[in-house]
Amino acid sequence: MQSSAKYLTRKGWHQTAIIAIIGGTYLLGSWILNFDSLGGLIALPKAFGWLGVNFAPTPKSMNYLPQIWQKLMQTVLLAISSTMVAAVISIFVALIGSKVTGINGFVQTIVRGIASFFRNIPLVAWSMILLFSFKQSDFTGFLALLLMSIGFLIRAFMEIIEDEASETMLALKATGANYFQVIFQAVLPQILPSMLSWILYMIENNVRDATLVGILTGTGIGFLFDLYFKSFRFDASGMTVLSIIIVVIALELISNQIRKVIL
Amino acid sequence: MLEVKNLDKSYQKDHPALTNISFTVEPGTFVAIIGPSGAGKTTILRSLNQLIKDDSGQILIDGDDIRSDNKTQLRKHRRQIGMVFQNYNLVERLTVIENVLHGRLGYKSTLAGIFGRYTKEEKAEAMSLLKKVGLEDFALQRCSELSGGQKQRVGIARSLIQHPKVILCDEPIASLDPASAQTVMQLLKDLTEEYNLICVANLHQINMAKKYADQIIGIRKGHLIFNEAADLLSEDILRTLYDQDITKELE
Repeated sequence: MQSSAKYLTRKGWHQTAIIAIIGGTYLLGSWILNFDSLGGLIALPKAFGWLGVNFAPTPKSMNYLPQIWQKLMQTVLLAISSTMVAAVISIFVALIGSKVTGINGFVQTIVRGIASFFRNIPLVAWSMILLFSFKQSDFTGFLALLLMSIGFLIRAFMEIIEDEASETMLALKATGANYFQVIFQAVLPQILPSMLSWILYMIENNVRDATLVGILTGTGIGFLFDLYFKSFRFDASGMTVLSIIIVVIALELISNQIRKVIL
Repeated sequence: MLEVKNLDKSYQKDHPALTNISFTVEPGTFVAIIGPSGAGKTTILRSLNQLIKDDSGQILIDGDDIRSDNKTQLRKHRRQIGMVFQNYNLVERLTVIENVLHGRLGYKSTLAGIFGRYTKEEKAEAMSLLKKVGLEDFALQRCSELSGGQKQRVGIARSLIQHPKVILCDEPIASLDPASAQTVMQLLKDLTEEYNLICVANLHQINMAKKYADQIIGIRKGHLIFNEAADLLSEDILRTLYDQDITKELE
C-alpha cells in the first residue's frame, strides 16, 4: 500500500521533470537562435492574411479554369492508372512473398527487400532519377508513382493476406484443394474488401503526389501550378490549389461510397 | 479403420510435444481427445491429415500410411478426411452454398477448381447436406451474416461433401453458446452413425465428451494415458490428467 503510493508520487515527479526538460529545451533553443516567440506568434495571422489576399482567386482567374480542369483530369487519370497497374503487379508479388502463401523463405526475404526499397526512396528522388532516362513526360510521372505505389501495396497486401486469409487457407488445404484452388477460392475472395480499400486510399494519395511529381516532370496540374506561380500569377495558382483540394475531397467522398457498397 | 502407431513429434529439440502415441478407431465411432491446454491434442489432430508433419510413427487409414505420401497422394488422402475448426474457417464473404462446395475442390481439376465450376450433382448434394444440417433456407446468404452455431454447421456440411472416412474436429464447440454446442455435438454424433464415420474431436468440455463420445483418449504432456470406452472415464483418471480435482465437470 505504502509502496504503491510512493510509486505514484515518484511517477508524478518524473512527469513534471519531463515537461520541465521539454520547456527548458525550447527556451534554450529560442535563446541560441535569437527567436522571438511572441513576435512569431503575432506574425502568423499577418502571414496567412498575405496569403489570403494574394492567392485568393479573383473573377478574372475563372478564365484559367478550362485549362486547369483539363490538366487536373489528366493528373487524376495518371494517379488512377498508376495505382491500378501497381495493384495488379503487387497482388501477384504479395502472393509469392507473404508468409502464408509464399514460395519459400528466400523469395519472401527478396520480396520484402524489393518492397521496402521501392517504398523508402522518396517520390521526389524517384522522379529526379527517372527524369534522366525518360525525360519530361507523363510517362516519367506514371513510373515514379507506379514504383512508389508498388512498394506500399506489396507490403499492405502481404499483411492483409497474413492477417485475414491464413485460417480459411488451412481449411481448404485440409479438403485436399491444391495451391491455385486455395488462392482463387479462399485467399482472393477473403482479402478482396481490404484490398480494394487500400487501392482506393492509394488513388487518393497518388492524386496529391501526382501534383508534386508534375512540378518536377513538367506535366499535369503540377506543371501548371509551377508555371502560374513562377510568373507571379498568384490568383491563378490559388485557383489551381483550390481545384486540387475540391477534386481530392470529391474523390474521397466517392471512394467512401464505394467502400460502403462493397464492404 | 484409423490406426495411429508410435507417433512422435517435437517442435524443439529435447522438448517432445508427442511421445509414442498409439490408438485405433473403428468406423462408426465418435472419439473425444481430452487433456489440458498444451498437452498435444491439436498436434495429434493436425498430424492425422498432415497439416503438421510429425517426426516418426505410422498413421494408417484402412491400411494406407498417409505419412509416406507424395503431394498427389496426400491430396487424395486429405479429401477423405474432413476437418471442422474452432473458428469455422469459412470464407466469410462467400455464400453458404459456395463454402459447402469448397469441400469438393480436392476432387476437381485445377482449372475447374479455380473458377468454381461445380457439376449439377455436386450442387444438388450441397443442397441436400444443407437440409441435413438445417440450413437449407440460408444457402444464398453470406457466411458473415450467420451465427456461430450456424457457421459451424456449414463447416460440417463442407466436410461431409468430401465423402470422408474421417472427420477431425479441432475444438468444434469452444466458441459456441451451450445450446448451439449441444446441437453441433448431437449432429456430429448422428452423422458418425449414419455415415459410419470415424469422428475425432478435441474437447475441453469433459461432460460433453462423456455424453456424446463412444471412446475417450486422454493426453497429458504428450503422453497417451487413457484410451477406453467413454463410460470408463473415472475421477481418478481425470485427477491424473489435469493434476487436480475436477469432479464437478463430471456431473
